[in-house]
Amino acid sequence: MKNVLNKRNLITLVIIGVLFFVVQLLIKERIITAYMRSNIYWIGIYIILGLSLNMIIGITGQLSLGHAGFMSIGAFAAAVVLKTNPTLTGLFIGIGIGVLISLAVSFVVAVPTLRLKGDYLAIATLGVAEIIRIVLNNLSVTGGASGISNIKMLMSWPLLYTFVILTIFLTHNFKNSAIGRACISIKEDEIAAEAMGINTTKYKVIAFMFGAALAAMAGSLFSTTYYIVKPDSFGVNTSINILILVVFGGMGSLSGTIIATFIIGLVNIVLQPYAEIRMILYALILIIVMIFRPQGLLGSQELSTKLLPNFKWKRKEKSS
Amino acid sequence: MLEFLNQIINGLSLGSIYALVALGYTMVYGIIRLINFAHGEIYMFGAFAGMLAITVLRLPFFLALIFAMVVSALLGVVIERVAYKPLRKSTKTAALITAIGISFLLQNVTAMVMGNNTSAFPQVFDQKVYDLGGIRINSLQILIFGVTIVLMFLLQFIVLKTKLGRAMRAVAVDKDASVLMGVNVDNTITITFAIGSALAAAAGVLIGLYHIRVVFWMGTAPGLKAFVAAVFGGIGSIPGAMIGGFAIGLMEALVAGYGGTMWSPYRDAVVYLLLIIVLLVKPSGLLGKNVKEKV
Amino acid sequence: MSLLQIEKLTRNFGGLSAVSNVSLAVEEHELVGLIGPNGAGKTTLFNVLTGVYTPSSGRVMFQKGDKSIELSKLPPYKITRMGVARTFQNIRLFKELSVLDNVKIAMNHEARYGLFGALFRIGQYFKSEALIEEKAHAFLKEVNLDELAETKAKNLPYGKQRQLEIARALATGAKLLFLDEPAAGMNPQETHALTSFIKEIKEKMNLTIVLIEHDMSLVMEICERIFVLDYGKLIASGTPDEIKNNPRVIEAYLGDEVEL
Repeated sequence: MKNVLNKRNLITLVIIGVLFFVVQLLIKERIITAYMRSNIYWIGIYIILGLSLNMIIGITGQLSLGHAGFMSIGAFAAAVVLKTNPTLTGLFIGIGIGVLISLAVSFVVAVPTLRLKGDYLAIATLGVAEIIRIVLNNLSVTGGASGISNIKMLMSWPLLYTFVILTIFLTHNFKNSAIGRACISIKEDEIAAEAMGINTTKYKVIAFMFGAALAAMAGSLFSTTYYIVKPDSFGVNTSINILILVVFGGMGSLSGTIIATFIIGLVNIVLQPYAEIRMILYALILIIVMIFRPQGLLGSQELSTKLLPNFKWKRKEKSS
Repeated sequence: MLEFLNQIINGLSLGSIYALVALGYTMVYGIIRLINFAHGEIYMFGAFAGMLAITVLRLPFFLALIFAMVVSALLGVVIERVAYKPLRKSTKTAALITAIGISFLLQNVTAMVMGNNTSAFPQVFDQKVYDLGGIRINSLQILIFGVTIVLMFLLQFIVLKTKLGRAMRAVAVDKDASVLMGVNVDNTITITFAIGSALAAAAGVLIGLYHIRVVFWMGTAPGLKAFVAAVFGGIGSIPGAMIGGFAIGLMEALVAGYGGTMWSPYRDAVVYLLLIIVLLVKPSGLLGKNVKEKV
Repeated sequence: MSLLQIEKLTRNFGGLSAVSNVSLAVEEHELVGLIGPNGAGKTTLFNVLTGVYTPSSGRVMFQKGDKSIELSKLPPYKITRMGVARTFQNIRLFKELSVLDNVKIAMNHEARYGLFGALFRIGQYFKSEALIEEKAHAFLKEVNLDELAETKAKNLPYGKQRQLEIARALATGAKLLFLDEPAAGMNPQETHALTSFIKEIKEKMNLTIVLIEHDMSLVMEICERIFVLDYGKLIASGTPDEIKNNPRVIEAYLGDEVEL
C-alpha cells in the first residue's frame, strides 16, 4: 500500500479535490453561468473523447478516423434507455449497454482491419463509422434520420467530473503498464515489437477496443447533456474534431490532449458566432501543426507533478 | 431485363464520375504513397468553378469545363507545394492528417464564401430522354460517359506515350533512381497533382450539371467512394481506377435499383463494406501490386 | 539433436529463389557465421528463421528443452517467446524511448497482470512492475549500459545503439541469437569492442549465436564454424581455416576469372 499513498499521489489527490470544490462553489454562487457550464460540459466530454482516441492513435500509432461512430453507439444506447428510464440509473445502464455494443463492434472491426497498415486502416475505420451512421439513419429504434430528442438532461458538474477523472485514471494507468509499453513499441516500430515477442495484433485490438469503449461512454454523456442525438451529428467531421485534439496536444501525451481540449474549448467560446471561421481555424491548426510541429504541443511528454522538483533543481543550478 | 439495363446505364454514368475522381487518388498514391484526402474537395471546387464560369464569366459549357479543370489543377499544384511537399520526408500519418486538414479547409472556406446552402448549377443543355425500346437514356448521361471516355484516352496517351508520362511512371517505381536518371521528381509530382485535380474537376462539373446543384459538402461521399474504387481496382494502377470506378458505380446503381425500400438506403454502406472486404481479402486490389516492407 | 535444424529450406519471391534448398544445423553454445556476397540470401534466411517470411518449402526445427518445435509454423512473436531473438541490419530500436524502456518492452512477458490489473492497478501490478524495473536495471548493468538507462535510444552513439539492440534481443530471454551485420558501419575500435562484447555475453549467458557479417576479420576471429551462401544456395561450411581455402568460396566472392 505504501506504493499508492506516496507524496506525488497525495498531491494529485489534493489538486483533484480542490478543483472539484472550487468549480462546484462557483456554480453554486452562480459565477459560472448556464452558458459557461454548457461549455465546461463540452470540454469534459471532449477530454474523454480525445484521451480515448489518443489510446489508439497516440499510444499505439494506429490512425483511426471512425471514432465518432463509437461515440454514436454510446449516445444512442443512453438515449434509448433514458427515454424509458430517465434517471441516473437509466444513464448508467445506457452507458453499460453502449460500452458493451461498442466493445463488440470494435472487436469485429479491429480483428481484421488492424492487420492493415497506417493509411489503409484510417480509411477502413472511416468506412466503418459511415456504415454505423447509415445503419442508425435507417433504424427505427433510434428514430431514423431525425434521431432521438427530448432526452432527459442529467449532466451535472459532479457527474462530468467523475467520468473525466475516471477516464484520466484509466488512460494514465493503461499507458504506464506493460500493455501500454507494448502498444507504444508498436507505434515506434511494429517489426521490432514483433521481434521482441509482442503479439502486435492482440495489443492493437486491446487499444482499439479500450478507446472505443471510452468513446461510447463519452457519447452517452453527450446525449444526456444536449437533449438530442442525430446520426448525422456523428459523421466524419466529428471524428476529425476529436483527431484535432490529439494532434494538437501531442500524440501519446495525455496532458497534451487535456490542454488542447481546453484551448479549443476556449476558442469555441470566443468564436461562437463565427462557425465557419472556427472550422477554418481548426483546419489550419491541423495543417500548421503537422508541417511545423508534427509532435504537437507536448510531443509525447507529460506535464506532471514529477516535473516540479526537477524544475526547482534546475533553477538552483542556474543561480549557483 | 429492361430495368436491369436501365440500372446499368445509371451505373455507368455514376461510375464515370467515380472513375475520374479515382484516377487522381490512384495517380497521387502511386507516386508519393499519400491518400490525398482533399481530393473530394477538389472535385467540389471544380464543380463550383464550372458553375461560376457559366454564370459569372458567361462561358459556354465546354470552355467552362476546361476553365474548371485548369483552375482546379492550379489549386492542386498549390496544395501540393504548400502543404504536402514539406511533409514528403515525414510519416504517412502526418501527411494524411495534413490532407484531412486541407479537406476541412477547402470545405469551410467554400461554405464561407459560397454559403451553406446549395447553389443552382445552370441547365445549359436541354435534357432529352431517349427511349430505345424501354431503355431510357438521358442525354446528360451520354455526355458524362462521353467526356469521361475522352479524358481517359487522353490520360492513357499522356502516361504511355509522352516523356512526361514516362517520368511519372519512373518516379512511381523508384524516386531515387529517377533522380539519377535526370528526372525532375518535384515537377513530375506537381504535374501528377495537376492532372489528377483536373480530372476530379471535370467530374465535379459533370455531376453539377447532372444534379443541377452544387454545395460545399458535395465532395465528401463521392471522394470516399472514389477512393474505394481506386483501392478496389488496385491503388497505383490507372486502368484499375477506371475499372474500379465503373464497378462501384454499377454496384451502387444495382443496390439502389433492386434493394427495394429495405436495402436501397444502404447503398453507400455496401460500398464501404466492399472497401473493408477488399482490404482484408486482397489489399492490392484487382490490378495492384503487393508491396511488403523491407526488413 | 542440434539446437537449430534447418531442413531443405526454400523461399521464393516470384520466380526467384532467395533461399534455395538450404539445410544446416547449429549446435548448442556454438557461435557460427553466415557469410556470402551481397544478395546471397543471408538476411532472407534470417527473416524466414524469425518468422517474418514463411518458407516456400522445407522447415526449421528448434530444440527447446526436450521438445522439438517447428519454428517455421509460428508467427515472429511466438518464435521470440521460444527463446530465439534477432537484431536488424538497419537497427530497429524504439528510438523515442529510453534505453530502460527498450529493455522493459523486451521483458514484457514477465508482467504478471492483465488488462484489469493494469487499468485499476490491482493484483500483481505494483509487485510485477517493481520486479520488471529491477530486472531491467540488473540486466543493463550486466551489459554495461546502466548509466545510460534514462537516455533516449536515438541519442546513443552508433556503437551503443548496436550494443543496445543486442542487449534488447537478449532481454527477451533468448538462448539463440541471430545478429544481422552487427558491425556494419563501425570503425575498427568499435568493431573490436563489439567483438569482445559478443564473446563476453555468449559465455556469461550461455548463448548460441548465428551472425551475418561482412567484416571478415571479425568473422574469422570469433566464429567457430562458418556457412557460406551464394545465390541462395549453401555452397560451403566449415571452420574459418577451411572456408578461407575453399575454392568455391573464393570463386563466389571474386568471380571465376580471377586466380589467387
